[in-house]
Amino acid sequence: MDPHSAALLAKDIGAGLATIGVAGAGVGIGNLFGSFVSSVGRNPAARDAMFRDVLLGFALTEAVALYALVIALVILFAAS
Amino acid sequence: MRRLSTALLLALVPSVALADGEMPQMDFSNPLTLDQVSWMAVILVVLYLVLARWGLPQIGKVLENRAAIIARDLAAARAAKQEADRAVALLTATLSSARANAQAEVAKAVADAKADAAAKAAALSAALDAKLAESEARIDAARNAAMAAIKPVASEAAGEMLLKLTGSVPAQEELVRCVEDALAVRKAA
Amino acid sequence: MAGPSIDALGQFSLTTGLGPIGRALNFTNSNEAMLAAAVIIVVLFAIGLKAKALVPGRIQALVEVLYEFVHRMCVDTIGEEGKRFFPLVFTIFSFILLGNLIGLFPYFFAFTSHIAVTLALALFVFVFSTGVGFYTHGFGFLKFFVPEGVPGWLLPLLIPIEIISYLSRPVSLSVRLFANMTAGHVMWEVFAGFMLLLTAGLGVFGAIASIVPLGLNVALAALELLVAGLQAYVFAILTCLYLHDAVHMH
Repeated sequence: MDPHSAALLAKDIGAGLATIGVAGAGVGIGNLFGSFVSSVGRNPAARDAMFRDVLLGFALTEAVALYALVIALVILFAAS
Repeated sequence: MRRLSTALLLALVPSVALADGEMPQMDFSNPLTLDQVSWMAVILVVLYLVLARWGLPQIGKVLENRAAIIARDLAAARAAKQEADRAVALLTATLSSARANAQAEVAKAVADAKADAAAKAAALSAALDAKLAESEARIDAARNAAMAAIKPVASEAAGEMLLKLTGSVPAQEELVRCVEDALAVRKAA
Repeated sequence: MAGPSIDALGQFSLTTGLGPIGRALNFTNSNEAMLAAAVIIVVLFAIGLKAKALVPGRIQALVEVLYEFVHRMCVDTIGEEGKRFFPLVFTIFSFILLGNLIGLFPYFFAFTSHIAVTLALALFVFVFSTGVGFYTHGFGFLKFFVPEGVPGWLLPLLIPIEIISYLSRPVSLSVRLFANMTAGHVMWEVFAGFMLLLTAGLGVFGAIASIVPLGLNVALAALELLVAGLQAYVFAILTCLYLHDAVHMH
């Protein structure tokens, strides 16, 4: 395998590895909504007030997954 | 190589390929990538000035105006309610004072009637008393007269009876005294 | 390789807009979208302010809801001082919101999917809030990096961490917005590309099967609508939080 192809292969492997980070965001989002459901079960009256915070938390957590995606995209497509 | 692996990554279908090239966002060799930022600065400054000087203050004024109108209307409604409450209180007071007046009138009439009746009854009973006293006096007089009249009759009858029984007549004064004693004893009994 | 290919990133490529004038001034297609967003905002305000009715019509109610939403966000997050920054936060919020929303329409350019754009916005927010911090507290603002109630020997460790986390703010702020918008648009493009590939590869059967990616794209459209609003909100509320830190130092 010539060096160029090896570099491309390493890039692809690296990009694939970078997407492992998405797992953490999956845990986070599941945790977030699980906690939300159980809190709403305890205090349904506070649903709307909590939902705004949940959306904010969702956006912040989801961003972590997207960082991983960005890193993968940068590995794949950024000029090298 | 890249095409093939990207295809495997992306798809279940064969013959997938991404177009060749880089991410346009990361392509900082393209002058447009940074030029769009300077144009964005221009657009944003203009937008900020338009919003801060013209749009937002007016919306704020509209909202303030509405809040003021709502507050004013609420205050007016509250004042009207107070007025109505005062009128109701006045009405209640008038009603209760009228009722009290009427009750006083009724009580006075009842008392007057009672006093009238009592006076009439008193007068009547006084008249009756007077008549009663007069009658009693008359009865007393009649009885005294009768009692006075009975003494000579009794002593005369006693004298007659003694004359027939004994043939002698005691002294007139003694006879009268004995008769009076007997009458007094009967009266006491 | 034969057949059609998925060009998921071509939608982000910059060209010049507005014909020859744009070519001369390097006015790009993303600037066209920015201009459209700004014009839509101003037109909404113009329509909403035409009547100034006591009982608002639809557009006026929309503008008023936007105003009150951002105003409450500013005052709740920053405090009373937030009223000074309200026009700025409103401009940023409405600009990003409209940019995200018009980017969802076909043939419109989503300028918030460009890292240069979001990084410029985030850097502006960062520099501005830092400037507000130094303007309000002078060099006392540097105490912001000294955490309270920490034993002294930990400080050499904690202060660099605080400084790094402070410096990473514009990065996370910009990458969050950029990555959300890029990912959404790439996914749309990929699923739409699947439909072409299925049809090209499997003929009539593929055309029928491509209902599945089409349905996924419809669901994604709902998600993207949510994300468009949410990311504008997150950007604005984080701007407010940074300004709160600059004004109150904790």
